[in-house]
Amino acid sequence: MDLTLHVWRQKGPQDKGKLETYPAKGISSDMSFLEMLDEVNDGLIKSGQEPIAFDHDCREGICGMCSQVINGRPHGKQEGTTVCQLHMRQYNDGDEIFIEPWRAKAFPVQKDLIVDRTSLDVIMQAGGYVSCHTGGVDDANALLIPKPTADYAMDAAECIGCGACIAACPNSSAMLFTSAKVAQLAALPQGKPEARKRVLAMTQAILDEGFGNCTNHYECEAACPKGISVKFIAKLNREYLKTMMPTSTGA
Amino acid sequence: MNLFKSTVGRKILMAVTGLCLVGFISVHLIGNLSVFAGPDGINAYAEHLHALGPLVWVFRLIMLGLFAVHITFGVQLYLENRAATPDSYAVQKSLVTTFSAKTMVFTGLIILAFLLYHLLHFTVQITNPDISAHNLALDAANRLDVFTMVTKSFHNAFIVLVYIVAMVALTLHIFHGISSWVQTLGWSTGTSQDKVTAIGKLVAIAYGLAYIAIPLLLLARIVK
Amino acid sequence: MILDGKAPTGPVEQSWDNYRFDQKLVNPSNKRKYKILVVGSGLAGGAGAASLGELGYNVDCFCYQDSPRRAHSIGAQGGINAAKNYPSDGDSVYRLFYDTVKGGDFRSREADVWRLAQVSNNIIDQCVAQGVPFARDYAGYLDNRSFGGAQVSRTFYARGQTGQQLLLGAYSALSRQIKNKTVTMHPRTEMLDLVVVDGVAKGITVRNLMTGEIESHWGDAVILATGGYVNVFYLSTNAMGSSVTAIWKAAKKGAYMANPCYTQIHPTCIPVHGDAQSKLTLMSESLRNDGRIWVPKNAADCEKHPSEIPDDARDYYLERKYPSFGNLAPRDISSRSAKEACDADLGVGPGKRGVYLDFKDAIDRVSENTIAERYGNLFDMYEKITDENGYERPMRIYPAPHYNMGGLWVDYECQSNIPGLFVLGEANFSVHGANRLGASALMQGLADGYFVIPYTIAPYLASITPGAVKEDHSEFKKSVEDIEAQNNKLLSINGKKTVSELHKELGTMMWENVGMARSDASLKDALKRIPEIRDEFWNNVKVTGESKDLNQQLENAGRLADFLEFAEVMAEDALNREESCGGHFRTEHQTDDGEAMRDDENFSYVAAWEFKGVGVKPELHKEPLKFERVKLAVRSYK
Repeated sequence: MDLTLHVWRQKGPQDKGKLETYPAKGISSDMSFLEMLDEVNDGLIKSGQEPIAFDHDCREGICGMCSQVINGRPHGKQEGTTVCQLHMRQYNDGDEIFIEPWRAKAFPVQKDLIVDRTSLDVIMQAGGYVSCHTGGVDDANALLIPKPTADYAMDAAECIGCGACIAACPNSSAMLFTSAKVAQLAALPQGKPEARKRVLAMTQAILDEGFGNCTNHYECEAACPKGISVKFIAKLNREYLKTMMPTSTGA
Repeated sequence: MNLFKSTVGRKILMAVTGLCLVGFISVHLIGNLSVFAGPDGINAYAEHLHALGPLVWVFRLIMLGLFAVHITFGVQLYLENRAATPDSYAVQKSLVTTFSAKTMVFTGLIILAFLLYHLLHFTVQITNPDISAHNLALDAANRLDVFTMVTKSFHNAFIVLVYIVAMVALTLHIFHGISSWVQTLGWSTGTSQDKVTAIGKLVAIAYGLAYIAIPLLLLARIVK
Repeated sequence: MILDGKAPTGPVEQSWDNYRFDQKLVNPSNKRKYKILVVGSGLAGGAGAASLGELGYNVDCFCYQDSPRRAHSIGAQGGINAAKNYPSDGDSVYRLFYDTVKGGDFRSREADVWRLAQVSNNIIDQCVAQGVPFARDYAGYLDNRSFGGAQVSRTFYARGQTGQQLLLGAYSALSRQIKNKTVTMHPRTEMLDLVVVDGVAKGITVRNLMTGEIESHWGDAVILATGGYVNVFYLSTNAMGSSVTAIWKAAKKGAYMANPCYTQIHPTCIPVHGDAQSKLTLMSESLRNDGRIWVPKNAADCEKHPSEIPDDARDYYLERKYPSFGNLAPRDISSRSAKEACDADLGVGPGKRGVYLDFKDAIDRVSENTIAERYGNLFDMYEKITDENGYERPMRIYPAPHYNMGGLWVDYECQSNIPGLFVLGEANFSVHGANRLGASALMQGLADGYFVIPYTIAPYLASITPGAVKEDHSEFKKSVEDIEAQNNKLLSINGKKTVSELHKELGTMMWENVGMARSDASLKDALKRIPEIRDEFWNNVKVTGESKDLNQQLENAGRLADFLEFAEVMAEDALNREESCGGHFRTEHQTDDGEAMRDDENFSYVAAWEFKGVGVKPELHKEPLKFERVKLAVRSYK
């Protein structure tokens, strides 16, 4: 099939970018979207132009590196799919495709479709962990965790940290991303001792990093390639409310 | 205090004050509907309210506080969210969000503007002095004739239009608001959220229809 | 030279305990004086950096991705082994040790494997403490599944994303240390050289992938945990950025490359769809727990819809050839059997390079829901890529390069022959011998990172003066100049072929000649072809852009340049190893019924290759392997 691409090109973080139009000819429907871009890039290189820079790594939908907004939708039109797992059979001959980077103040564009997502790491560093030491921990079966709890935690833990939720959010809020980790650790007994500290620190980091506030649009859930539910945001809110209750130790 | 600074804290404040305001418009609606019972309905209702004396002022202060919090944080969050999204996409697409959710700050400001007008109209009564209750004769039971003031006002098509526009804005505003609070207060467990959202939207529409019915039915002289 | 792995002497059961007791320690208040560089942030690197940081060392950690959470350990799906024996089915540290040595076809160092098996249990405890949501049963206990090459259920898992969850666990520990400022993270930074001063590793030279700046970092020790090199085949299940570069640069500075020919071909990958394919997608081999592998008995049936082929016209070849292990036969055996079936013209699907993996019997036995619960994400992934529904129609699978058992030579302390250079995880050669068992890579990565390196690095550090060499040393300057010269050269060639075209050429040739089955002729052909492709690369590659900028073409070109040198050592090693063992199958060395023939008398050694110059035959050093606890036996899974 033959397609027309409109791709965001931007030389560097300080430069102004714009959409450029490229033809993509003779694309096989078995190709993945990124393989289609590889083809276009090979053509650009041969004609002496700079290829389109885009983030990608595992190409199997788990590393969370790929990040493109395709026709207004993060990761493209196939639900529950990262760009690297999106296949060209989703498109038809003659389609026009707009490809843009994640857009948010906290995700400055570095070049073309590549953005800086360090802010997500900073949110994690604020408290996305259980402070256990290496070694000296209990036997794994000493803590019984009911299957529904383990499943709930796993549902939240499936987040790949790609940032599609932020790219889709009209407020550029990182609430779904943050809530997935807060909910995972708050549900598990291991995470409870630090639950109060964690939710306060991580939600503070959201604002410090320049993300917006959640106003319940739920675009995040719809755009998430892993189907992370907004119920985890409710869980985060609940955890936040708990911090306002006095504890038995009076703290 | 963290509550007033935190992203979640302010969201919870918005939900709680919003809920209280929904409580207010619920009571207000019941009072308003007494207009359909004729002068004996609404005039008696107004008289009872006035009889509360200082309590009215306590109530008004609470309302002022609720509005102040709701509006201040609403606008503040809106400005922060704007700042967090400096650039827009060449192709803008919404997946599941609603027009209502996207226009909260605007519908909110319309409601604020309307609120001021509404107070000037029916409480301070200076926009239409000729038909304000203070200038009208008392009714048969020696009460302020609120009924006549209301019906005469809503025989004016322009005033009706203002009220309808405002009530549409209110409907849109609570359309998102009422469906959101379960989520914001952390009571949603996922599956329950869809039901709450659906019910919330229905309630919002019902409120909107009921509120709009009053000026519209009066204008059309269906209720006299 | 005969190499010494420095494995502790005495009974293997006590080797690790004795080692830990005998080793020198670094005084807690002295630890902060040492700076350790960790390259790679996957299971081994991430866990190692976090653990060393927590102990009090100053750690700098580097990864080429934009976040340490994206290291390719994240791609592992199936699970992680441990000798917990929770199901009481006869497992023990000894059995895990034995299975690993046997699974590796008796080409690994006994003491290293024992240590791995011993600490395997600590790993599970550690991960649970971090909040890794392992699968649980309804009573709340950890659940296990079985995996290829084992007759016990010892694999812990988190749905089909165990690697992701373990990596996120290590990432959380790392994040905590970054917050505590014991670890400084350098994302989007690629190591391009090892700096060796007077024969000792003293730092690295890196390229900032965002700005293109070449930077120097000194360290009292350098730890490489940079993963695998099977992207030498171009198409593999590795991430696009996975490369041999870090360990090859170390090899060029004198570190020995051990057993590079031991590559693992994973049996359950999605077949190739066409020429534009950029990578292969693996589906966890846990699928083989419930799926039955077959091909049609008659070549004429291959084009038919699988449901039209009756049971008696199907050849469930693994069940037929290996009745006791059946579909759970080890990876090398399973992969080679699939190749044999396709070579015999019995393959299915486009290009006829595929075999069926059929879930019909399992669905009839336990219901589709149960199968979906176990492998739902894999079925979804399969459908996205192939447009076929695996519940309704058997999946098509084919082997793909997946893992390398070979890597830099290290001694028992994970230290290479260059003092101060330590190598962890897939990047070293140590525990998997000639073949790795399923769910053992995650185990090794975390064992090395959490429980081995924090102990084994101490004696070295205790023996040196911290901070003796810094970035102002002339070796650092020289290293920066060398890298800048190479980058400028790459940008100036301005030829006609793109990096990916040349990589594809190398990969296709390597897959044909040095892939699943190797022969004297194919290897000699490879050794002739590699320098040709390398010459073409250096004369005809086209790399656009600038060196002082974000330039992905330049990154890829540098990686390919290293593959083009490394491929030769790999082929040399395969040519030298005149036997078939594990992942290395020489067609000249097989039994009449096609089984691998090992030659313990002549090849029971680790082949460690010393770089002697590009295009120059590397020099072979041997570390003889001694088996004291396990009796050498023909590896049979019948």
